[in-house]
Amino acid sequence: MSLAPRFWKEKTRRNAYGLLFLGAFVALLPAWLHTPYALSTMVLIGIDTLITVGLCLLMGYAGQISLGQAAFFGLGAYGSAILTTRFGWSPWLGLIGAAVCTAGVAYLIGIPVFRLSGHYLAMGTLAFGSIVHIALTEWKAYTGGPTGLPGIPRFSLAGVPLKSDLAYYYFVWAIALGGILIALNLVNSRFGRALRAIRDSQPAAESVGVDAGRYKLQALVISALYASVAGSLYAHYLIFVNPQISSLDASIRVLLMAAVGGLASIWGAPFGAAMVTLLTLGLREIVPRISGYGSGEHQIIAYGILLVVIMLFMPQGVTVAAAHAWDRLGGWPALRKRLPRVRRFR
Amino acid sequence: MKSSLHRFITVLLMMAFFVAGCAQPKPTASPTPTAPSAAAAPTAAEKVGAPYKIGFLAAITGGNAFLGVPERDAALMLQKEFDAQGGIVGPDGVRHPVQILIHDTESKGDVAITVAKKLINDDKVIALVGPTGSPVAMALIPVVQEAGVPLVTMVSSHATVTPIAERKWIFKVAASNIHTAPWQVKYAKAKGLTKIANLYVNNAYGEDGAQAIRQTAQQEGLQIVLEETFDAADTDMTAQITRIKASDAQAVLVTAVPPAAAIFTKQYRELGVQLPLLHNSGVAMKPFIDLAGVENVEGVLFPMGKLVAANALPDSDPQKAVLLKFIADYEAFTKNPVSTFAGHAWDAIQIIARVAQTLPDGLPIEEQRSRLRDGIENLKGFVGVDGIFNFSPEDHVGLSTKDVVLVRITNGTWEYYPEDKW
Amino acid sequence: MPSFQPQDYVQLFVSGLSTGAIYVLIALGLITIYNVTGVINLAQGEFVMLGAMLAVALVRLHLPLALSALGAVLAVALLGGLVHRLTILPARQAPDVALIIITIGTAIAIRGAALFIWGTMPRSLPEFSPGAPIAVWGAVLSRQRVWIMGTAAAVLLLLYLFFEHTLLGKAVRACSINRQAAELIGVDARVMGTLAYALGAALSAIGGIVIAPLTLVSYDMGLMLGLKGFVVAIMGSLTRAPAAVIGGLLLGVLEAFISGLWASGFKDGIAFLVLFVLLLVRTVPWQDLWRRPA
Repeated sequence: MSLAPRFWKEKTRRNAYGLLFLGAFVALLPAWLHTPYALSTMVLIGIDTLITVGLCLLMGYAGQISLGQAAFFGLGAYGSAILTTRFGWSPWLGLIGAAVCTAGVAYLIGIPVFRLSGHYLAMGTLAFGSIVHIALTEWKAYTGGPTGLPGIPRFSLAGVPLKSDLAYYYFVWAIALGGILIALNLVNSRFGRALRAIRDSQPAAESVGVDAGRYKLQALVISALYASVAGSLYAHYLIFVNPQISSLDASIRVLLMAAVGGLASIWGAPFGAAMVTLLTLGLREIVPRISGYGSGEHQIIAYGILLVVIMLFMPQGVTVAAAHAWDRLGGWPALRKRLPRVRRFR
Repeated sequence: MKSSLHRFITVLLMMAFFVAGCAQPKPTASPTPTAPSAAAAPTAAEKVGAPYKIGFLAAITGGNAFLGVPERDAALMLQKEFDAQGGIVGPDGVRHPVQILIHDTESKGDVAITVAKKLINDDKVIALVGPTGSPVAMALIPVVQEAGVPLVTMVSSHATVTPIAERKWIFKVAASNIHTAPWQVKYAKAKGLTKIANLYVNNAYGEDGAQAIRQTAQQEGLQIVLEETFDAADTDMTAQITRIKASDAQAVLVTAVPPAAAIFTKQYRELGVQLPLLHNSGVAMKPFIDLAGVENVEGVLFPMGKLVAANALPDSDPQKAVLLKFIADYEAFTKNPVSTFAGHAWDAIQIIARVAQTLPDGLPIEEQRSRLRDGIENLKGFVGVDGIFNFSPEDHVGLSTKDVVLVRITNGTWEYYPEDKW
Repeated sequence: MPSFQPQDYVQLFVSGLSTGAIYVLIALGLITIYNVTGVINLAQGEFVMLGAMLAVALVRLHLPLALSALGAVLAVALLGGLVHRLTILPARQAPDVALIIITIGTAIAIRGAALFIWGTMPRSLPEFSPGAPIAVWGAVLSRQRVWIMGTAAAVLLLLYLFFEHTLLGKAVRACSINRQAAELIGVDARVMGTLAYALGAALSAIGGIVIAPLTLVSYDMGLMLGLKGFVVAIMGSLTRAPAAVIGGLLLGVLEAFISGLWASGFKDGIAFLVLFVLLLVRTVPWQDLWRRPA
């Protein structure tokens, strides 16, 4: 599995610029949005980006549907929570420990599940996700039951605990950007090409010697690792976890974020995460003014409609569709024509 | 490929605008405080200081909405009263308007935490009230302890205020399960029923209630022959009820809230179990009767604050006047029958307001919060809806079993059931 | 520890049967839809919820119970057909993944709409025939449970008559056996698909209405029921009704016994474990035992 990017390739250069740009944007954003609430929203978007990137790798590139991704998220979050609260591990060790366990579970599950395909694969992942959800809810001795596990310690960098929202914002986004970098490398390597070959036609790929089973399993384990790390970051941020983070609704939300950003687009992941989060927030503002029942889970109606519409009309993701629409309206050249000409001083 | 980079930038900028616009949730349905009305106009010499903001977290949607909506309504009612009287006046004569910032927790711990952090950091509230439901309260405690903000909870679980060393900032206005469970047990004992079944919903509230029942049963010499749990969202309790029938329990004690409590009661009667059924204060709301069905709740007993007994109390009881006024005000404001949970919200806000009256003007926010906490901790003799509160550094609830009475549901209404009627 | 008498076992068995009957109804709807359209409708549970909710709404408008139930079933059937036309037909060419996501999206959109319209407070439907429960071999059976089992049996009979003895039913069956052949003899596959969706939705709605007096109705009751119905449909390998009937009743009884004799928290987990095991069993190449649709 070759991970080394060949730097002088056009695509790699573009990815590098894109990463630098996103990094600069993320670094400078707090100068403008500095209220703790806005920062905490961005932290959660960063965490969601990580898990979405993992799902994109699995669904968009390997072509394997997963309706249970939130289970890995929950395992990572609870793994970190239990290791740090009940066993007194440091959060860093807890993160690694939880990730290893989650990867192990993913590997074990993948072996039987990837023999299924299509609908059955989807149902298999759904069943797995639900079993994890129920286990986290019922195994009260370790998980605290439906009430959840409060009092999780915070991360510390060089002895300083990461308490403020600003510090955690940079911490999470540094990891998120790192995750995007790794994913981009994977996608542009031989591993990525093998995955795409399997997605497009498994028999054809196997006929040229690609061991489909092995690659699919690796893709699953990698996506599980992403989800697990995201879960650990979440646990140490809210210092509280409850089983709902691994529910079917949570898995569907990850699916939606991936779909909005484009299932096969790593760059789409942060957009998808951001758009879904902002949509939720926006709905929380608007809906109470229309419906008599106050705010609440009303955002799910938008999630549902959005999923259907995207799959029917914008399967490549909302950003690509928006970009196409922008181009059809004329794009930047049209805008430049409308702006008044600036006379240069000589 | 410049165009794709441009696309990138465009979308990124769109995102940023969106975030700026939407990332500031406004409180739900909190009327903006108007200038003091003619009814209590400040005198010319009176100075008006910065408003006191109280963060109010309730489950307006989600599984605990039955409890959260009356709580929110009581808060709205009090906001209107504060607006009419122009706020509260400090010891130095400075008048402070009171703003109650109401937010929905959706009955979820993570939403509650996010909203609480916003109220603490962005809105700079002097205290928090809520949330609804013991499980969500337990999630909020570490956040509040770390931030150093007084939290007055409205839940029954005693674990929210113990161990006291780790609950410096947490107070409670609802009677704990250790105050209500003894009523369930004492009734069973008075009727000569020594073998009881202990049923509870499997979350922090249920477990706390079950623990209180165990302790009291042991003290009173009753034997728990069966313990069963069910999920808050369960719709079929046939299995548990069948096991009750198969055991030799003589009475069934339940700790649960609707809808699970209502479904349980309905199926309990349908399966023909005749044993006395004693619920906990979680069912102290009229929708419980509607959901379970009037014929199924006949004879159900449960403890609650003296709200139901207001009319039957002797005039010498200091709570009577407060209760009657609260009932009248609440039912006039909401056009709904009164609920214990509304009483919790009323007590919580009034206690905070009472102590805030002792704060001088111009203190920094940390000092305000700290003094408020000290003030509540030393508050004695406060006559509220839930009882007469006597807080202390060891006791952040301030109530006792004397503040609780037993109620019987007769003909679809609550009937005050004092000991002489048992 | 409780000591179980024989009648307690009967009690668990009987209540398990009635729960299983609901699962059967939902699974039959799923199988009908899958057979004709090849789509696994993950929104099936929401049709259950809609049937119950609409019946409650009609009853609140002071319509008699029977009329409310009928009205609700028809409305949900109509909605099912609409869902097919709006979301499935346009996605004809899309890959399986897209179809699955579309049905999930439909499901949560319906759930969100129900939340929007009816709020979070649970509602109740009056019992069909109020009265004392019936004693059966020492166990107590509430009248509503008798209604549930009776309705399921009646529906099964009606379905059998429809598919075997009516022209329309035979056309639908033809479509499921071999779509191209059916189209050759003049059966419009798309209309059949819409019909199958309507029928499947109606079956779920009936299930929802008949269980509503027992378990209360709320906007999120569809999720679990739909998933369990799906498990039962898989027991019939998504195509065979008789196997689903037996499987559904078995699952209901299994759930009742495990939660009765052991612990009730894991009740929902049983269905998923069964599902997982079933799916794994599929991966063993017992091809000849499972008849796939053409």
